[in-house]
Amino acid sequence: MISFSQREKKWIPYLLFLPALIYLAGFIGYPLVKTLQLAFISEKGKVGIENFITLSQDSTFWKALKNTLYLLIAIVPLQVILAFLLALFVDGRFKGYMTVLYIICIPLALSDVSAALMSYNIFTSHGFLNKFLMKFGFIDVPIYFFGLGLSSRAFWVIVLTELWRATPLVFVILLASLQVISKDYFEAADVFGFSSWQKFFHITLPLTMPSLQSALLIRTLFSFQIFGVVWLLSGRDIPILAGEVYYQQAELSNFRLAATYGFIIALICIIISWAYITLLKTKHLEV
Amino acid sequence: MKSQRIPVALKIKQLVTIIIVGFIVIWFLAPLVLITISAFASPSDYYQIEKVIPTHFTLNQFKSLFFGLEAWKAILNSIKVAGLTMLLSFIIGLPAGYALSRYIFSGKNFLKLLCLATKMFPLMVLAVPLLIIFMKMGVSDTIWGASLAHTAMVLPIIILIFSSILSGVSMDYEEAAMIFGLSRIHAFFRITLPLALPGLAASAIFAFVLSWNEVFVATILTLTNRTLPAHILKTAMASPDYLKFTAGFIMAVPAMVFIFFVRKHLVTMWGISLK
Repeated sequence: MISFSQREKKWIPYLLFLPALIYLAGFIGYPLVKTLQLAFISEKGKVGIENFITLSQDSTFWKALKNTLYLLIAIVPLQVILAFLLALFVDGRFKGYMTVLYIICIPLALSDVSAALMSYNIFTSHGFLNKFLMKFGFIDVPIYFFGLGLSSRAFWVIVLTELWRATPLVFVILLASLQVISKDYFEAADVFGFSSWQKFFHITLPLTMPSLQSALLIRTLFSFQIFGVVWLLSGRDIPILAGEVYYQQAELSNFRLAATYGFIIALICIIISWAYITLLKTKHLEV
Repeated sequence: MKSQRIPVALKIKQLVTIIIVGFIVIWFLAPLVLITISAFASPSDYYQIEKVIPTHFTLNQFKSLFFGLEAWKAILNSIKVAGLTMLLSFIIGLPAGYALSRYIFSGKNFLKLLCLATKMFPLMVLAVPLLIIFMKMGVSDTIWGASLAHTAMVLPIIILIFSSILSGVSMDYEEAAMIFGLSRIHAFFRITLPLALPGLAASAIFAFVLSWNEVFVATILTLTNRTLPAHILKTAMASPDYLKFTAGFIMAVPAMVFIFFVRKHLVTMWGISLK
C-alpha cells in the first residue's frame, strides 16, 4: 500500500540531498572561507589588503596576468570557431560520422599532462617534427621550441596543444545544440528557396547562438585554470596565474600569497560570469 | 535517370568529405600514435637524428620508470585515489541525484544552481586551504586527502549527471512496482537502478578518469604519496626524453581504455556536464 504520511513525504528529498550538501559545505564551502581568511590577513595578522599590495608590486604577478590573458585571447576564439566548424561538419551525418565523432572526442579522456607530453614528443629537438624536416632537407639544424629565451615559440606550441586538447569539449556542446534544431525549419526554408548560406545565417546561427555564448563563457573561465600544459612545456618561463598559485604554495610554502593568487583567479571568474549573465540575460543557463 | 545526372556533384562532395575526415583523423590521432611509438622506441634510435621512425623497440624504459623512478607507487596511488573518488562520489551523489530527479521541493532550483555554479568556479584554487585543513585533520599527503579533494571537485557534476540519467528512467515503473506492494526504496533498487545502471556506471568511470587525470590539486596535496600526474610533473621532466614519453603513454592508456568502453555514453555525459 502506498501510504506515506504527508510529513514523511516532505523531508525525504532533503534527507537524500543532505550528505552531498554537508560534504560540499565542508570541502568547498569551508575552504572558500579559509581562502578569504588567508588572502585578507597579512603575515602579522592584520586584516587588510596587504597581500594584494605585495602581489601588485611583484612583476611576476603582472606577467602572469598578462600571459594568462594572452593565452585566453589566442586560444578561446580560435577554439570556438574550430569547434563550431567541426560540429557543423559532423552534423552533416555523412557515412561513418559516428566513428569520426568518437575520434574527435578522444582528447576528452586525456589529462593536460599527457597532451603536453605528446606535444613535447613532436616539437622537441629530437622530436618527430624536427627529424622529419631534417630528413627531407628542409632544415639543417633542429628548430628549438622549448627552453630559456624561447618562450614566444613555446607559447605557440602551448596554444596548439590546448587547441588540440580542449576543442572537443566545445565541440560536444555545439554539436548537441546543432542536433536539437528542428528539421522543420530547414524544410520550410527549402520551400521558400533559401540558399545554404541563407539557411546558415538565418536558422543555424541564431539558434546556436546561446550555445556559442555558453561555450565561449566556459572556455574563458577554464583558461584561467590552465596549468599542466604550460608548466610542463615552459616551467616558469611563461608565468601564468594558476602556475603562480602552485609555485607560491608548493615551492615557497607561502600559503597566504598562494591563497591571494587563488582568490584573484576566483574573483576574475566570478566577475566574468556575473557580467555574462547580467549583460546577456541568457535563460538557457537555468537547468 | 536520376543516377546519371547527379553523380559528379555528389562524387565531389564525397571526395571533399573524405579529405576533411582524413585531416580530422590525422589531427586527432597523430599525437597519440606518435607518443606510443616514442614510448616503446629504444633510446639509441631516439637520439639518432636521421631516424625519423625508430626501428628498435624496447620495454626497458617501462621497467626503469616502474622500478627505478618508482612510478609503480605513483600509479598505484592514482588508482587508489581515483577509485576512492569514484566510490565516494557515487555513494554521496546517487541519493542527491535521485532527489533532484524525482522530487519537487522548495530549494530544488537553488541546489541545481549551486551545482552549476561550482562547475564554473575554478575549484583548483581550493587546493591551498584544503592542504591546511587536511594537515589539521591529519590526512594531508595521503590517498584520503587527495580523494576527498577530488570527490569535492567531481560531486556537483556527478549529481547533475545522475539526476539527468535517473530522470531518463520513467517514474511509471517505480509507481507500478509500488502498486504491487514494493516500498519506494525497494522499487528503486529492484527496478530503477538496474535500468539506469549503464549510464550510472559510465558516469562512475567518468569520475574515475577525472580524478586520474587531475594534476593541480593532486600535486599540491601529495608529497610522498604522489599520484601519477603529480609524479610526472615533479620528476619526469628532469629525466631523459624517452622516459617522458613512456610516462605520458602510461597516463594516457588507462583513460583511453576506460573511455572506449563507455563511449556510447560519452557524448551524453560531456554534453550534460558542460551545458
